[in-house]
Amino acid sequence: MLVVLGALPFFLYVAVFLLLPIGVLAVEAFRSTDPVTFEETWSTASIEAITGGAFRRAYIGSLQLSGITAVLGAVLGLALAVAILRARRGRLLRRLVLTASGVLANFGGIPLAFAFLATIGNAGVVTALLSDTLGIGTGGFSLYSMTGLALVYLYFLVPLMVLTIVPALEALRPQWREAADNLGASGWQYWRYIGGPVLAPPVIGATMLLFASAFAAYATAKALVGSSVPLVTLQIADALSSNVVVGAENLGKALALGMVLVVGLVMVFYAWVQRRTQRWLS
Amino acid sequence: MTALATGVTGAGSVAPETPVRAARRRPGAWRFAVLAVLGLYFLVPISASVWFTVRDRARGGITARHYTAIPGAEGFAEAFTRSLALAGLTVLIALLLMVPTVVLVNLRLPRLRTTVELLTLMPLVLPPIALVVGVRSVLAWAPDYFLNTPLAEAFFALQEPALPWILVFVYVVLALPFVYRALDAGVRGADLPTLTEAARNLGASWPRVLVSVVLPVLRTSVLNAAFLTLALVLGEFTIANILGFETFPTWILRISGSQPQVSVAVSVLSLLFTWVLLLMISALDRRRGTEETA
Repeated sequence: MLVVLGALPFFLYVAVFLLLPIGVLAVEAFRSTDPVTFEETWSTASIEAITGGAFRRAYIGSLQLSGITAVLGAVLGLALAVAILRARRGRLLRRLVLTASGVLANFGGIPLAFAFLATIGNAGVVTALLSDTLGIGTGGFSLYSMTGLALVYLYFLVPLMVLTIVPALEALRPQWREAADNLGASGWQYWRYIGGPVLAPPVIGATMLLFASAFAAYATAKALVGSSVPLVTLQIADALSSNVVVGAENLGKALALGMVLVVGLVMVFYAWVQRRTQRWLS
Repeated sequence: MTALATGVTGAGSVAPETPVRAARRRPGAWRFAVLAVLGLYFLVPISASVWFTVRDRARGGITARHYTAIPGAEGFAEAFTRSLALAGLTVLIALLLMVPTVVLVNLRLPRLRTTVELLTLMPLVLPPIALVVGVRSVLAWAPDYFLNTPLAEAFFALQEPALPWILVFVYVVLALPFVYRALDAGVRGADLPTLTEAARNLGASWPRVLVSVVLPVLRTSVLNAAFLTLALVLGEFTIANILGFETFPTWILRISGSQPQVSVAVSVLSLLFTWVLLLMISALDRRRGTEETA
């Protein structure tokens, strides 16, 4: 029985610094402050407020951006992973790409934003090259837009995909491919009936992780676009820093609670996919 | 959840080579296209940033002036030392918390494994901004409900701007997934049950087992976890920004308006720093690999 006490610090810590804040969020999102009397009451005003107008646009913007970048990142990362694993003399290349992925997947946030600002921002090196030297301009592309953010997000999402999916690709046994070849299967048939089904769960799982990363990203967007692009994370920061609107703090909590719900739904979907596929993989 | 996290701890480590099917088919042009396009995509921003910081706009040519300006830049010293202190404290607390927990779960409490695993993986998918909004709400209890009690004093002490302990405590939560995976891999790889049973049979107490057997065995995993946590804390922006503390990343954003080249120069250096940290992890992993096969 004494042994259980040894695990107590961990559970206490998680309860105080992880579960308590989330729980408080879930309760206080339903509180609202009266603008005249400053009295706190129970109400769904904040929850109703975030389902319409600018907040609704922010959720849609965030979902679109993270959905598109997660899928693109997954496809590109998978292609890169397959490319380096199937290289004939690829040991060096492989080590290089994997180490670089480890670095770049951790290279998010503020420094990444500034690297892109220096590249294709208004005063960027590539911007200058394209418009002054080559005279073709950037073709209407702006770094300070949804498309610009997507380009920047992929910079850490693709390496994250490579890191997550390489172990799964390595688990594909060469014998399966040989057996399929011997039985006369085409490359397409191999991927359709063997490689694809085996890889589907890890690929879906990795895509969900990419989605969660992109959905939660705040630093990069903050440094690049301020609040000109509708994103939930930026709206939360705006709501919290506003001293003018009474009850803005509660709006922030409601918005944050919405994010937790979205991520929760994604995880439930992921668990469902895992359960469905685990049956015949074990 | 587990499959999802295996890749994340792989950050920086180089996977063991497995026999890849002999290339019988034509390698395919798509492979080169993928490598070329993505290679360009990843190299251009880095080289452009370097060029952006070393070219001399006024006189032409090359200058290192933006790099030499960093140490003396206004606010840099405080912000950077604060971030380093936060990182050190985070590493310390995360290890003190997780080493005994991981060891216990593996040796004595296997029934708790799923719960612990699930809880440590939560911060991986939970948006930090949601967590910090919750933390802010809890901190707001001090003036709202507990004013003039010791608890309120404690809450205010946590938010001392010179060294905000609250950041340390939240960063430990953010580091949990990486620390847990790194330590768990170490414990599983080392056949710890046999070693601790031997130590126990020879009469060692549990604390002694922890210090003289477990820690030496886990040396590499502990270092691995420490490096990953260090990289995480030095780059963390969201929590510090929302709680209103100045750390290294929030400092970069603050000076970017007045000194754009310096902010890019700092970004290049921090990329370099992450690279060195992760190369060290990967070197440690490889050394462990050779030790095991020897």
